Amino acid sequence: MNRRLIPILVVLLALAVPLSLLAGRVWIDPFASDTHNASVILLYLRLPRALLALIVGAGLGGAGAAMQGYLRNPLADPGLFGIAPGAALGAVLSFWTGYAASVWLLPVFALVGAGGAMALLALIAGREAGVALFTMAGLMISSLAGALTSLAISLSPTPFAMSEIVTWLMGALADRSWREVVIAGPLTLLGLGVLLVAGRGLDALTLGEAAARSLGFEPRRQQALMIAGVGLTVGAAVAVAGVIGFVGLMVPHLVRPLTDRRPSSLLVPSALAGALLLLVADAGCRVLPLAGGELRLGIALALIGAPFFLALLLRMRRGLA
Amino acid sequence: MTGTLNTVGLGIAGRLRDLTMTIHAGEVTAICGPNGAGKSTLLSCLAGLVEPDTGVAALGGRVMHAVPPRERAQCIGYLPQSPEVAWDVTVEVLVGLGRLPWQDTGTGGGRTAIDAAIATMDLEAFRKRPVSQLSGGERARALMARVLATGPAWLLADEPLANLDLGHALALMGRLREQGRQGRGVVLVLHDLATAMNYADRVMVLHEGRIAADGEPGHALSEDVIRNVWGCPARWLGEPGARALSLG
Repeated sequence: MNRRLIPILVVLLALAVPLSLLAGRVWIDPFASDTHNASVILLYLRLPRALLALIVGAGLGGAGAAMQGYLRNPLADPGLFGIAPGAALGAVLSFWTGYAASVWLLPVFALVGAGGAMALLALIAGREAGVALFTMAGLMISSLAGALTSLAISLSPTPFAMSEIVTWLMGALADRSWREVVIAGPLTLLGLGVLLVAGRGLDALTLGEAAARSLGFEPRRQQALMIAGVGLTVGAAVAVAGVIGFVGLMVPHLVRPLTDRRPSSLLVPSALAGALLLLVADAGCRVLPLAGGELRLGIALALIGAPFFLALLLRMRRGLA
Repeated sequence: MTGTLNTVGLGIAGRLRDLTMTIHAGEVTAICGPNGAGKSTLLSCLAGLVEPDTGVAALGGRVMHAVPPRERAQCIGYLPQSPEVAWDVTVEVLVGLGRLPWQDTGTGGGRTAIDAAIATMDLEAFRKRPVSQLSGGERARALMARVLATGPAWLLADEPLANLDLGHALALMGRLREQGRQGRGVVLVLHDLATAMNYADRVMVLHEGRIAADGEPGHALSEDVIRNVWGCPARWLGEPGARALSLG
């Protein structure tokens, strides 16, 4: 593995964080102390937002790397397990029932939704459940949660609630506070820790399921670690930021060629790169002049991600030809 | 302690029936039989990957499923049929995966074992090469080196010669026999009866989930056994150790 990769990413993050704090609707000049309310903006708006971008990005990047390793497929995404749609459904229900008005309850509803999806997965993950069956189950949970979310939107009590739901689903880090940092930070760290423990088993899976078992890695334990690790990171991310796609898909792809390609060696660099991507993308969203507000982060990433994947598919096609 | 792999009354619904046998370390044991005879299932049971419906498989006298997975993995190296490598890792990293049961890839002991496995399989020149750029024969050697890197007492391989040309198959069989001479237990599922005849110390013929013949190759693969089990009239040509099978 490229030994300099992690230090380089850390240095880039150390440079990007202070720069991102200065950028936004109000630019803060670090050498002129006359910006109105600079300390308030920094401490209560920019700093929690930057931390949240790091937390959510690290969680999604790490979870994406683990998912691709687990499914042995470079096109796998953390959403495949149905945990993100489950969390989104929980959050949508909090809007639907009006509980979202209480600031703590929206993330709690989302975490309950993620927990529900995790519990369903754990129920399905039986004694002999192979990766393929498990993934199909995840896809079904994902579809079901998506359908229920659509149902909740179509039956929303007021047009206002509907617009709130739709906007929230797009994913963003605008107007977040320390509260969200406190909710997502510990859960994401715990989830990343669990994924690191799962790393050796993911390496063994490189050789296929039978060989992984023969190397002493029991599939049930691996499944449990994946459910917990992906559930905590993705659940926490959706709870505080809404649905942000493509990070978990794109980042491991970009980072993999810089590692020795073992899934475990990809986990930490992918988490760091995910944090960097989300931090930069969010700062970009803040400074982009857009009439009627700022560009939603989820939309911005989809706008970057979709062409990225088209290019990737074209390159893969050329590779096959 | 781990010098034997044995089964007592081993059965798996629809695959294996009441198998009782003992395999010894220091020998190359070939498992042969027609398609669907239960060869791969038996090998999976011996590797501790499949729990039998009836009876037991045992490693050195201990019931297989009472052996902790990691300890079992340190003791039994298993190469599945048509092994996959999901990520385009280098040969060195691939072979290093064999140290996972010991969790010492980065340390001295792990490095020594990886280097030794690479040397045994003649892969020095390919150490830094990605798996995707290896030929079929080089890939098969790299996968075998992965199993050897664990330093297992037992080496179980399901059709290790599939997709190998004559020269590479011959070289790999020679290396596997060498592993047996060094005291490892080598158990191979083999399709090619001539290879089993010439290289194995012992052949076990499976037919419809039962042992149809068992013993030294000349006995277990006699022309009678081949006619009864495979349903083909066959004749052995040539000298012992360099036999060829003439069919029809």
